[in-house]
Amino acid sequence: MQIAELEHKSIQYRKTILSSIAQAGAGHTGGSLSCTDILNVLYNRVMRIDPHDPTWAERDRYIHSKGHSVEVLYAVLADKGFFPAEKLATMGRGGSHWVGHPTRKVPGIEQNTGALGHGLSVAVGMALAAKQDNRDYRVFTLMGDGELTEGSVWEASMSAAFYKLDNLVVIIDRNTLQITGRTENVMALEPLADRFTAFGYAVRTVDGNDIAALVDIFAQTPFEPGKPNLIIARTTKGKGVSFIEDAAEWHHHVPTATELERALAELDQAEQRWQERYATIATR
Amino acid sequence: MQPLQPGSPNQQVFSDTLLELAQRDRNVLVVTSDSRGSGRLVAFGKQLPAQVVEVGIAEQNLVGVAAGLASAGKRVFAVSPACFLTARGLEQIKNDVAYSDQPVKLVGISAGVSYGALGTTHHSLHDLAVLQAFNNIDIVIPADNFETRAAVEAAIDHPRPLYLRLGKKAMHHLHAPGTPFTIGKAIRVRRGDEVALMATGETVEIAVQSAELLAARGVSADVLSIHSLRPFDETEVLETARRVQAVVTVEEHSVHGGLGSRVATLLMQAGVTPALRIVGIPDEYTYTGSQQEIFAHYGITPDGLATTAEVLLEGRRVLTR
Repeated sequence: MQIAELEHKSIQYRKTILSSIAQAGAGHTGGSLSCTDILNVLYNRVMRIDPHDPTWAERDRYIHSKGHSVEVLYAVLADKGFFPAEKLATMGRGGSHWVGHPTRKVPGIEQNTGALGHGLSVAVGMALAAKQDNRDYRVFTLMGDGELTEGSVWEASMSAAFYKLDNLVVIIDRNTLQITGRTENVMALEPLADRFTAFGYAVRTVDGNDIAALVDIFAQTPFEPGKPNLIIARTTKGKGVSFIEDAAEWHHHVPTATELERALAELDQAEQRWQERYATIATR
Repeated sequence: MQPLQPGSPNQQVFSDTLLELAQRDRNVLVVTSDSRGSGRLVAFGKQLPAQVVEVGIAEQNLVGVAAGLASAGKRVFAVSPACFLTARGLEQIKNDVAYSDQPVKLVGISAGVSYGALGTTHHSLHDLAVLQAFNNIDIVIPADNFETRAAVEAAIDHPRPLYLRLGKKAMHHLHAPGTPFTIGKAIRVRRGDEVALMATGETVEIAVQSAELLAARGVSADVLSIHSLRPFDETEVLETARRVQAVVTVEEHSVHGGLGSRVATLLMQAGVTPALRIVGIPDEYTYTGSQQEIFAHYGITPDGLATTAEVLLEGRRVLTR
């Protein structure tokens, strides 16, 4: 998928996320919007997947370690055709598998997550199995920045480097906010790149809300042979809607009917601008 | 009655059996947390180094990595002392293995009070309670070398998450070769009709020795090795309890949440009410000493169990006089 089309997808995904959270009456709004562009690029450009064969042995694996932001994953998987989009309307309803954190009951989801600091260890196991079997599939995992204070993240990081898992791509959704406030005020993470480098990763930093930049950085993996890849994606929590952006209170605030209307109107405008921009380019 | 013949530690039989199976299937892996020595896996590591994944002293990562390997089709045995595996790695067991339905075989070694005088940090008297409260993890506690070998062979192809609980003491042989072993099916070791000794793991041989003492004292004792807490053999436990006057359960675990609790809730809800005593480690600062000394302190001895059985039977006779 080309950059222009990917940019359009992100706008559409953000609309789906907000509408489904409003409909379900629960969800993690800010964190889903911050990593929308990352999942978009992974699923539409980077990963080797077959939505009609979710357990294909040669598929690339994705572990959504920041499991609370499940709504973005549901939006992308539905769009890819892993399950019918109507399933999104069952989110949070009695008896639905589309619960508030990912489970393997939903086609396309590799591992049940939601307790933080679990995804990386599982991703290490998957990547290690690929190495042992000489298979070329890759393993991607996305962690939130607030998640990084879990000690298990650093246990897993040691093993990723020890086993030289250059088929593992770890992405940090560095939106600098967690539920209480700024990560640096809750429990400081910086110097984050230095810390990950010291643990043995090849580290790169990217604008995590810039589609072209994301496409470019993923294309550079493996950054260094024999080292696990780590991408610090600098993002804006709540990206795409002015009054949701960079606001800790939107961590799991559910948009009211009025807020949803305003948010969707902003995204409509973004879609309008996107159409005008590419119409201009096309007529040049 | 012939005296019981001495055998090996169940942990040794585990590692010998696993080595044989792993030599035939390169997808069989052991994941260890600096626990090769205690798990008697040094020989395995020397002979099949490519089939050992070492994570260092990091039980959370041990369980998570095992789940990832299993999801990619590996037959994974995650081996670590039961005290650390089922406490430090507990959330990973709950979410990464049981909830995610990854068919990892978690092997808790030196379980219960195997580590004896090393103290409570090294005891696991909670593992059966917490794992019984998790959905989707089977629990197997072999009594002797035969049950251990059979359990490992069954575990290889087991389609669900499994916890295998092993001790480090050399055990006596309890079963004749060829005895059927099925996960979830209790094994009768002695047949009797007055009292049933229902035991699990390393306490089964003590129950067998106790039954022999009781026989010498004129009491007919049944002995069941309940090697699986999940699936639990409700049928055998109920049928046995219905035809005896008293049931004594025995386990190397807290008296809360283990075998005894499982038996008691089953019997009460079925309206089957023999005299019942749950023998295990009580809710107190655990007595210090070797496994044998701790067992002796809490009456987990042939004589202690026999006396408990006799007291229960006497109580029943008083009631029915």
